Amino acid sequence: MAEIRVEHLRKAFGDFVAVQDSNFVVGHGEFFVMLGPSGCGKTTTLRMIAGLELPTGGKILLGGEDVTMRRARERDIAFVFQLFALYPHMNVRKNIGFPLLAQGMPGAEIRTRVEETAKLLRIDHLLNKSVSGLAGGDRQRVALGRAIVRRPKCFLMDEPLGTLDTEFRDLMVHELRELHNRIHATTVYVTHDQMEAMSMADKIAVMNHGVIEQFGTPREIYDRPATMFVADFIGSPPMNFLGFGGGLSKGAREIVVQGAKVAVPEVREDIAPADMALGIRPEHIRFDDGSKLRGAIYGTEYLGTTQIVAVETSDGIIKARVPAEIRLNPGDHVGLSLSSARLSLFEKSSGRAVRTAIHDGVSQGRAQHG
Amino acid sequence: MSLTSAHSVVAPSATSKRVAGTIIVLYALISIVPLLWIFATSFKTPPDSIAYPPKILFQPSLEGYCNLFSTRTRQTPEYINSLGPATGVCDETVRKRNMVIAGPSNFMPRFVNSLIIAFGSTFCAVFLGTLSAYGFSRFKVPLADDLLFFILSTRMMPPIAVAIPIYLMYRELGLSDTALGMILLYTAVNVSLAVWLLKGFIDEIPREYEEAAMIDGYTRLQAFWRTVLPQATTGIAATAIFCLIFAWNEYAFAALLTSGTAQTAPPFIPTIIGEGGQDWPAVAAGTTIFLVPILVFTILLRKQLLRGITFGAVRK
Repeated sequence: MAEIRVEHLRKAFGDFVAVQDSNFVVGHGEFFVMLGPSGCGKTTTLRMIAGLELPTGGKILLGGEDVTMRRARERDIAFVFQLFALYPHMNVRKNIGFPLLAQGMPGAEIRTRVEETAKLLRIDHLLNKSVSGLAGGDRQRVALGRAIVRRPKCFLMDEPLGTLDTEFRDLMVHELRELHNRIHATTVYVTHDQMEAMSMADKIAVMNHGVIEQFGTPREIYDRPATMFVADFIGSPPMNFLGFGGGLSKGAREIVVQGAKVAVPEVREDIAPADMALGIRPEHIRFDDGSKLRGAIYGTEYLGTTQIVAVETSDGIIKARVPAEIRLNPGDHVGLSLSSARLSLFEKSSGRAVRTAIHDGVSQGRAQHG
Repeated sequence: MSLTSAHSVVAPSATSKRVAGTIIVLYALISIVPLLWIFATSFKTPPDSIAYPPKILFQPSLEGYCNLFSTRTRQTPEYINSLGPATGVCDETVRKRNMVIAGPSNFMPRFVNSLIIAFGSTFCAVFLGTLSAYGFSRFKVPLADDLLFFILSTRMMPPIAVAIPIYLMYRELGLSDTALGMILLYTAVNVSLAVWLLKGFIDEIPREYEEAAMIDGYTRLQAFWRTVLPQATTGIAATAIFCLIFAWNEYAFAALLTSGTAQTAPPFIPTIIGEGGQDWPAVAAGTTIFLVPILVFTILLRKQLLRGITFGAVRK
């Protein structure tokens, strides 16, 4: 197992820049998730770490060794593909043993290693089956088996649960994390699914247009989004934005949104007058008739324990997550009260989060990617 | 139409099925009658084969096959009577025509030439075709589209259009009437078909298979051999049949470039007519035997052939 260090990594395909100046470190034994919409460069980054694409610039270090220009087979890594890439002309045993065969390992040793691995993944009863008859979850386990059998330096996974149906997916998320806890392998996992990312990752990098927007723990990313993109991409429903104008000065604790005064975490930097946005998670909104920030109920979405309420304000629809018991009718006017301590402020033009008291004691994710 | 009958918009109606069926049967009959005619003629005696009106029912005879495989000399009845008893069916048949078998004909060596040249060129075309198709499919080849078009363009004129330059070149190079020359020629003609067909098949194999193998410690060539080839067998089989059929049936170049040692069966068979009158049963026998290998091959691989023909007709 080893640490993965990516420095100023860049990849261009002709005029199109898929990845620009990526920097991150995946610590030894860490489960690292690259999250972003399709085409954001996360898979390209992964393929460069694997050696399936060569970078246009930058460096990749595996366990301190520079492997940037090395061939895939010389890197000692394992890769799990979205479509599993199980060889249809081999049975489960041969599929799992295939990487060992490449090392010229004797047959008897391959046998024991394959059986150990299969037992770990609870697929030992499938060893002599053809891979084409397997269910989605079992195919995934075989693909994982082929990855772990070799005990490589690290695992790279490219949306490995993307083609499974929801039921299997939840099961596999759990199994993958459990497997990781047992073998402590450095893992880079690519997905566009925030639920997978949030539930499995030690660290997440949120990518968009080839740029890492934020790098941090799931909690940091959810509570302190570094950019409006991250705030919007993470969370379901995503963070609400309320526009406001004017500058901010260090030490400010209050802003004016739609004519209502809203208390905010203490601002830690001066911002010249510009279009700004106040970001608020749906679960941090309460209905309070005393509030000056008002809107009309547009619709509700009942979810059992909570409900998502869409409220039409003068600045568009705001979604609030409130207890399911509250009775609401479309057209009702309500006042909205926001949990001041959990608010984020953004500069609209750059999308960057303004530094406030919520960032106290942490380095802001984006800062290290300059 | 009654409202109760379920009418599918996708499935063909009974009428159109019947029309299609009739057309197929007619077409099959038209195609198969000449083959049956040849097959029947090969078992006729020479007089029966030119009888008018043609004989549908006749006494079968092996004379055509005997004549195909042997050369004969005419002898006086006295000489024939002076010989001992006939040594076999052919000996007996031939003696009835006042002839004795002088030796084997050239048919077997010509047939063997056909086998060597057709299978040899098919192997070369498929081998080269698979490698180049893989290259075009997986790598960024500079000017790939132009190259592929150029490869295809060699099929846009009938190959015989270049017969005279090739004849002259072969004469200078000493390739005339050699098996090697014919293999090279048929390979050159077939390789374009092989590249195009196989590229389609290989494009359909996800590259993740090789990538997985390369990450797992294999070189690209090993990955190609162990993961791509096994999955391309259908395409390779289909391509091989097409190449084989062309090389097996080719007449014009064979007639032009081979005359002796390397002569293939197609130009040889018509020459049988000249030997001792119009020996149609022997020609028919030669044709029948000539058809067998391709028939067996096609029946064995008919599924792949069908897939080869319909390939690309439906895209996902």
